[in-house]
Amino acid sequence: MAAEQKFTPQTWPESPEQATLEGKNKFLGFWFFLGGETVLFASLFATYLALKDSVPSDTHAKAADLFELPLVFLMTMLLLTSSLTSVFAMYHMKNYNFKKMQQWLFITVALGLGFLGCEIYEFNHYYHEFEHKFTSSAFGSAFYTLVGFHGGHVVFGLSWIIALMIRNAKRGLTLYNAPKFYLASLYWHFIDVVWVFIFTVVYLMGMVG
Amino acid sequence: MSTIAHTQKRGFAGTVWEYLTTVDHKKIAILYLLAGGFFFIVGGIEAMMIRIQLAVPNNDFVSAGLFNEIITMHGTTMIFLAAMPLLFAFMNAVMPLQIGARDVAFPFINALGFWLFFFGGLFLNLSWFLGGAPDAGWTSYASLSLASEGHGIDFYALGLQISGFGTLMGGINFLVTIINMRAPGMTYMRMPLFTWTTFVASALILFAFPPLTVGLFMLIFDRMFGSGFFDVAMGGNTIIWEHFFWIFGHPEVYILVLPAFGIFSEIFPTFARKRLFGYSSMVFATVLIGFLGFMVWAHHMFTTGLGPIANAIFAVATMAIAVPTGIKIFNWILTIWGGSIKFTVPMLYAVAFIPSFVMGGVTGVMQAAAPADYQFHDSYFIVAHFHYVIVGGIVLGLLGGAHFYWPLMFGTMLSEKLGKVTFVLFLIGFHLTFFIQHFLGLMGMPRRVWTFLPGQGLDSGNLISSIGAAFMAVGVIIFLVNVVITQVKNVQVGRDPWEDGRTLEWSLPSPTPYYNFKQLPLVRGLDPYWIEKMEGKTEMTPAEPVGDIHMPNNSFVPFVISLGLFIAAFGAMYHADEGKDWAIPVLIIGMIVTFGAMLYRSIKDDHGYHIHKEELLDESGKGGAV
Repeated sequence: MAAEQKFTPQTWPESPEQATLEGKNKFLGFWFFLGGETVLFASLFATYLALKDSVPSDTHAKAADLFELPLVFLMTMLLLTSSLTSVFAMYHMKNYNFKKMQQWLFITVALGLGFLGCEIYEFNHYYHEFEHKFTSSAFGSAFYTLVGFHGGHVVFGLSWIIALMIRNAKRGLTLYNAPKFYLASLYWHFIDVVWVFIFTVVYLMGMVG
Repeated sequence: MSTIAHTQKRGFAGTVWEYLTTVDHKKIAILYLLAGGFFFIVGGIEAMMIRIQLAVPNNDFVSAGLFNEIITMHGTTMIFLAAMPLLFAFMNAVMPLQIGARDVAFPFINALGFWLFFFGGLFLNLSWFLGGAPDAGWTSYASLSLASEGHGIDFYALGLQISGFGTLMGGINFLVTIINMRAPGMTYMRMPLFTWTTFVASALILFAFPPLTVGLFMLIFDRMFGSGFFDVAMGGNTIIWEHFFWIFGHPEVYILVLPAFGIFSEIFPTFARKRLFGYSSMVFATVLIGFLGFMVWAHHMFTTGLGPIANAIFAVATMAIAVPTGIKIFNWILTIWGGSIKFTVPMLYAVAFIPSFVMGGVTGVMQAAAPADYQFHDSYFIVAHFHYVIVGGIVLGLLGGAHFYWPLMFGTMLSEKLGKVTFVLFLIGFHLTFFIQHFLGLMGMPRRVWTFLPGQGLDSGNLISSIGAAFMAVGVIIFLVNVVITQVKNVQVGRDPWEDGRTLEWSLPSPTPYYNFKQLPLVRGLDPYWIEKMEGKTEMTPAEPVGDIHMPNNSFVPFVISLGLFIAAFGAMYHADEGKDWAIPVLIIGMIVTFGAMLYRSIKDDHGYHIHKEELLDESGKGGAV
């Protein structure tokens, strides 16, 4: 069966993620899924913009009071770099170099965990220092929902990549799991792109008022 | 890894297990038909209760509070749990066969979509037994739904969320199937119209459901987790819900009606025995309707106060949709024109659909004029309008489609005689019920009203409307009798039972083999089976030699993933109640079940199995019995 066949770097196809019909279907289906996810995040962004700084009284913190660029810049760098390392992982996947792919995926996961740690610190900071809570104002609800949905995607993406790395650690690359690795990295890029928009719309626009 | 499972005779438990784990699009279609049919009956009973309550003035058949629950559940059930699944039933049963595919692109996700829909619908309807159904209308406008006491709205938000995920999965599956799985020669511009409308409707699902997902999440968070999206006291804005609901809700209308258009576009050429008039303009019109469907949502909100400029833009965009719809109407008429017409039951539904739907379309254009809409808004005129498009378009399509595709799905033919009785009763009942409601609305009867006073000119109109509803109910009951009689008799019909089938699905032996096509067919033009028949052949020309066929394995995982969300929904709903400490653990357990099942699916290899060439050659004489 084609899916279980063993390969060498010479016989490994050029686009292993799309070498089988299953792979082709997953590839296309996942792009559609990301299209739907884009609309999901667009809706969350619209809600955030509508409710930004919309608080019940002036005692509540607003965007300009909350955000600090150094931390957010660090988070952005972590996530952007992790996107780059996942590209390296896919480069090695296409060259049938399983070990190097795993190494780069490991670095990707480490960077992602670093991002997640910063985000937890950040939320904790807002919660305790500024009393900026999910339940304190419409602004708080919209902020934590938008950024939290992104954070949830990061958690899911990390779990997915880790599960794939452990599951396939011993058996290496096949045409059955190559599409899975590829889609996980595609998902990871998507998360990264969403963060670029969050960085711009939530943090940068929040800083300038 | 063999086909033994397919050749053995099964007991009752074996059949149930087969359907719980099936990934075969033809069986999933039957599941959708059964579940959608069940919810259609439930929604129909709710409709009858509405009409009984409103039959006479000052009636107290149901209390005002219960009436609100009934109208909410009637609308929600009919749209989400009856019309969509029934259309999904036909999409699953017919579309893969129409494009000459052995299966859908994602059989596992197809099953997952069904079970998510089913558990979502089940959760929503359990509200009747667990403290009361939702009562804020099917639109569930936020200020009203936040104020609603009890758990009714929670059932609405969580149930629709779960079933909405299922619909989204189904949509993606159909899109990829149509793009990647077409038989050799089946170019886009040779695809049957039902496939095209499935394609466009699926694209609409993909882009329309995420806004609903977000809106429902915000409603869930506001009601159960203390957020303030719609709570003005916390700085929230209730109009956000209206926007998201209608950004979803308007495309939803086209998600429903386009596949119904597709069914009619198959019925007309078959029974006029003439190719569809203006095929390419039909495709163009379908795509244009899908495109415009996303830019008109605010016409549901003309009275919200968005201002004259927004209202004017949305009014013009709305009127523009009449153009592609008109193209379709004329194409259907010109398909019949000069044809050699056979008035079978499906053809009767199709012919009756044209004037019925046009009436709904005309009142739609009336409402598109924003100043006039201030008069129509929230009156029975609106109720009449959307029942004209939904019953006159979609339900006639579903009934016509059920008769048309019954032989394809079950290998038996519904009785034409009983079908005609159903048709006459249903069509008369439909116009009797809803035509007069236009005038009730113009005379000032508000929508969703529980009762009315005598002597205001509303008495006889409402009575006539209720009598009409009884006609429809009798029609549906006769349809069910027809189904039972047909299935008990179980007279199997052969290939091409209507004798004039044009597209690939009719070229298959009956019942359809579980692998669909032993050899993929070679498609040589629009209406490929008709082309072969005109050349004196009875089967399609194969595009490949007989070879091994790859098949997916059955799986119980879709059921478990959906069950997990069903359990989690109870935890989410009850955690805000006093003294229900078990709720959060239940929420967590449900999520663990769902994500655990997803992880299991991810790490366990599932390569499917192969049907070997020799077995296929053996079966050739037996018509591929399942």
